[in-house]
Amino acid sequence: MQGDESDTGIKPYSVPTAPARPGEQAVFEEWTATPGDLSRPDPATCTSDDTAEHAFGLVRVLDDEHQASGEWHPELSADELRTGLEFMSRLRIFDDRMMKMQRTGKLSFYMRSLGEEAVAIAQTMALEEQDWVFPTYRQPGAQFVRGRSMVSMINHCIGNVEDNIKGRQMPVHYSWREGHFISVSSPVGTQFSQAVGVAMASAYKGDDQVTITWIGDGASAEGDYHYALNFASVFKPPVILNVVNNQWAISTHRNLATGGSNFASRGLAYNIPSIRVDGNDFLALYSVTKWARLRAGAGAGPTHIEVLTYRAAGHSSSDDPSRYRPEGEREAWPGGDPIERLKLHLIAIDEWSEERHSEMEERIDSEVMAAYKEAVTHGDLASGPWPPASTIFTEVYEEVPWHIQEQREELGK
Amino acid sequence: MANMNMIQSLNSALDIMLDRDETVLMFGQDVGYFGGVFRVSDGLQAKHGVHRVFDSPLAEGGLAAIAFGMGLNGLRPIVEIQFSDYIFPAYDQIVNEIAKLRHRSGGEFWTPVVVRAPAGGGIRGGHHHSQSPESQFTHTPGLNVVYCSNPYNAKGLLISAIESNDPIIFLEPKRCYRGPFYGDPHNVPTWKDHPDGEVPEEYYKIPLGEARLVEEGSDCTVISWGAMVHVAEQGIRDSGISCDLIDLQSLVPWDRDAVVKSVEKTGRCVIVHEAPKTSGFGAEMAASVQERCFYSLESRIERVTGWDTPFPHSTEWDYMPSPQRIADAIKRTMEG
Repeated sequence: MQGDESDTGIKPYSVPTAPARPGEQAVFEEWTATPGDLSRPDPATCTSDDTAEHAFGLVRVLDDEHQASGEWHPELSADELRTGLEFMSRLRIFDDRMMKMQRTGKLSFYMRSLGEEAVAIAQTMALEEQDWVFPTYRQPGAQFVRGRSMVSMINHCIGNVEDNIKGRQMPVHYSWREGHFISVSSPVGTQFSQAVGVAMASAYKGDDQVTITWIGDGASAEGDYHYALNFASVFKPPVILNVVNNQWAISTHRNLATGGSNFASRGLAYNIPSIRVDGNDFLALYSVTKWARLRAGAGAGPTHIEVLTYRAAGHSSSDDPSRYRPEGEREAWPGGDPIERLKLHLIAIDEWSEERHSEMEERIDSEVMAAYKEAVTHGDLASGPWPPASTIFTEVYEEVPWHIQEQREELGK
Repeated sequence: MANMNMIQSLNSALDIMLDRDETVLMFGQDVGYFGGVFRVSDGLQAKHGVHRVFDSPLAEGGLAAIAFGMGLNGLRPIVEIQFSDYIFPAYDQIVNEIAKLRHRSGGEFWTPVVVRAPAGGGIRGGHHHSQSPESQFTHTPGLNVVYCSNPYNAKGLLISAIESNDPIIFLEPKRCYRGPFYGDPHNVPTWKDHPDGEVPEEYYKIPLGEARLVEEGSDCTVISWGAMVHVAEQGIRDSGISCDLIDLQSLVPWDRDAVVKSVEKTGRCVIVHEAPKTSGFGAEMAASVQERCFYSLESRIERVTGWDTPFPHSTEWDYMPSPQRIADAIKRTMEG
């Protein structure tokens, strides 16, 4: 059954596992990439071949001493950097508050972006405000950049009467048309190929609108990922396709999503310029995304980006990662923490201080608490008021058809 | 008016809508340069341009996803699935995504996708060019399901489907593309002398959700859709019994008033479809008829359907409902 012991011939199939499990030492391959290693090709004329080094390498801007350098240095102003830092801190504090509320039964479920705050925030900041954002549940941070109120976000998470999606989806499944933030859906990966269609429609209409989307390393095993790359390769619409390689899909390690160790390079086979970027380096992530936006805006088509990061928290409030991954893995991650790194960079260039950082965190914490208190005045999950039961029956179709109307009358609400 | 077969009338509907509305576009395997394996989009790329009628990679799941995104972003995409048997790679995108977008986003987003698919048997297509998957979609809230049966209703229904702001699964009985089918494979009539082959050349609509009373009778109601409408017509003739024949046309939503009115009049009901019996849409019809017309019924409701087996190649005439089986079922309702 287990095959023979000779070295040649057919062997039992390989079943990968994580490099380390609970009780073992957390291990990551050391990063050798440094800022300045990689050139920044001309976005408008760059071919897939021109990015081979970028796909197998790693774009970094911040070095271990928290200084920024290299061709990818985005030269953002200190104000822009502080804005990015504030958005990321706001997301983390917001997540912490929501998680506490989940633990006390105020929310049914929650998903944090811990350790991945730079992803949605740096990338959305690098876009134009009319661009379409097509997120997974791990990019709610884009809404902070686009100016959604926290009260509105919390109303959704609680599922109260003011939830703009009327209590129909689980928490964190935001939808916000005003901010061009497209409705989040639970099936992983579906948005990736849909985003290519959104971008094709923009291209057809001649709108100056680029679409950005994300998928996890785990979901990149789904067919939708490959549909997206292939359709993007063929039709060349203005789309930015990000694989957020955060190492884990619940307990499934990224080495089950690909037999190789690199996600970015898969785009090369589809003839799409592809880049791997340090996802905890706010500046690098901003810069690579800006580059992809320039490509799309210049009519050069899609860009494929591997955002290399680490999921510092559990998959969701229902998950306990201590059951499947070693202690200390977060601390061992070579990319560190995105908020800490941007903070230390700002301090290193004399544009920030620990005191100002603490003051900012306290201010945000009180703003989040105030937003929460205001949101619960519209009802909470435990005691309501919830959206009326009639919302079960509406917006299934544009008009309520007779059979659904009959069922609503049967419920009597 | 012009005489058209169903391929021509569908082509006419697409042509008119491409002319009228620049947000309409269509794509799928072989639909562009070649005009589709059944020729439904023949000439449309040449007339409307490669950005509006185009070939796609062979990936139904990708097609549905692209359509989702286009529909969300202001277009009215029409996807052709070459055979409805090949729709299943797109099933997740249709069932979990396209169907639910409007509801899940609180009405902020919607996607008016039309998925066209040739369906049904009678062309010696074996397992995977013959299935009739309507009930795989009627069970999904958020979708409308349409099944045309002749050139006239194909065009009017397709125009309504394209103009609808809801997603539509639009099934076309491929056996009837070039002529009606009366259950005898050796009799191959065309639409040439058939009244339903007379089709206005201009724009017109048939409302979704309305059935068509094909013929009027007094003693039994026969409900059918797709190619089986014509087989049922033959079955009724063979039975010698006076029947209402209802072509449902739209399965979701279906025409409650037409069905109830007819069964209350006749007191008997036979449902005919070529998809397998178990969990077929006939089960929904039978349950609904007994819920709504119980005191009018004079006999049990009969279903004449395909068998609960994969669709065969050589023996398909014994698989599909025949006029004989339909006539026998009608007669049984008269005895019971």
